[in-house]
Amino acid sequence: MPGMDRLNSVLRRVPAWPIYAIAAAYAAWRFWLAVTGQLGPDPVDRLTADSGTLALQMLIAGLTISVLRKTIGLNLLRYRRAIGLTAFFFAAAHFLVWLLLDLALRWDQILADLSKRPFVMIGMAALLLLLPLALTSNNMSLRRLGALRWRQLHWLTYPAVLLAALHHLIGVKVVTAAPVAYLAATVLLLVARPALMRRRS
Amino acid sequence: MTLGHWDVTPKDLFLNRRRFLAAAGAGAGLGLAGFSPARAAADLTPTPKDAVTSYNNFYEFGTDKEDPARNAGSLTLSPWSVEVGGLVERPGTYALADLLTGLTVEERIYRFRCVEAWAMVVPWNGVPLAAVLEKVGIAKGARYVAFETLYRPEEMPGQASPILDWPYREGLRLDEAQHPLTLLATGLYGESLPPQNGAPLRLVVPWKYGFKSIKSIVRITLTADQPPTTWNQMAPEEYGFYANVNPAVDHPRWSQASERVVGSGLFGGRQDTLPFNGYETEVAGLYAGMDLRQNY
Repeated sequence: MPGMDRLNSVLRRVPAWPIYAIAAAYAAWRFWLAVTGQLGPDPVDRLTADSGTLALQMLIAGLTISVLRKTIGLNLLRYRRAIGLTAFFFAAAHFLVWLLLDLALRWDQILADLSKRPFVMIGMAALLLLLPLALTSNNMSLRRLGALRWRQLHWLTYPAVLLAALHHLIGVKVVTAAPVAYLAATVLLLVARPALMRRRS
Repeated sequence: MTLGHWDVTPKDLFLNRRRFLAAAGAGAGLGLAGFSPARAAADLTPTPKDAVTSYNNFYEFGTDKEDPARNAGSLTLSPWSVEVGGLVERPGTYALADLLTGLTVEERIYRFRCVEAWAMVVPWNGVPLAAVLEKVGIAKGARYVAFETLYRPEEMPGQASPILDWPYREGLRLDEAQHPLTLLATGLYGESLPPQNGAPLRLVVPWKYGFKSIKSIVRITLTADQPPTTWNQMAPEEYGFYANVNPAVDHPRWSQASERVVGSGLFGGRQDTLPFNGYETEVAGLYAGMDLRQNY
């Protein structure tokens, strides 16, 4: 596909750093709105919901990258690290809003949530799975671990996204289209990837 | 009909809460010895009106908190009638004004606690449900009161999706319905109820989670048996029929021990949730001998 080749060669000149800049600026802007009372009467709930949803969306976006390359030949691999780290950034923000602003360090309640509520435990598990991925999303870690071990470690993305989508779905009060769509997209992408790999080999 | 001056507490009364408290305290005679709804209002600072009217759960108009304020404006409030039936002595379809005529609209400043663990304080205007029930006459054998919200998908866009089993239904045990704290609200902050808050007529049961306080009521039925209620039908293990605010009984997915105070800002933190939402003295007797862990 010559069109796609041209697009890929244009994309080679588009750097990934704006993704970090936009994510950081967006988070700072939302936080500022929340501080100044411009996110409605329950800013904690808004920040919790928005950061969680964004994290999930970025995680799913990360999953699409290899699928897009194998299906339509679009090469976005160089953005995957930025997308993954941004997803972790919003997931961590989601966790911190919950810990510091929502539960406001009420440790008895926090520990009870973490020890007996599957909904919270699943979300926490997703974040913990993402942590080593975020810590090793740099060239030095890639060199130190070696490509194969690094790649194997980063397979943790798949269970993490699945848990995140599940956390989102079972966290809602009534099931609407969005959380179902996120979970469906996640499952589809998880199934598509190995199928596409097999077709190649 | 339109809601006019008659349905609100005179402005000088609700603007001067101290005087109102004194007045209500003096004329308490509300059917329960030593009980005064005004005493329950002591030390409560109402949540700002714009928060009360812009942060709503009213799934008939969408599931986001902002949806009702955005979508409820087109709800036709007049004419409005309420079908009163079942075990009552004077059943019939009452125009809203007829249902309320002769009754005194009072201001009640109540805590409001959502099952989602957030809380407000709302200055309601309304009439005791007991007075309305007395008006229509409670027939022998009545033990429960069932309520139904308007079903009008062309004006209530949320009803287009089957997220809940429409129309929304709620219910109370008769003694709960007759309790002097139980209010049929027609206004808040001294003005007609905004549509997003359940205009023109809604229930307010301040010691129960907010979902019990059904909005935009078109049907009141007295029954012998416990009526089905929407959230209880949808997820019985999460939402009980009683749904009394209880910090000791958690929702399966979150703790009910504390609550976010809506309007308190990003760093407002939480406050402890009180048994029966702070109305324990007034209502605990209704549940004497009941296991509140079983009957959540």
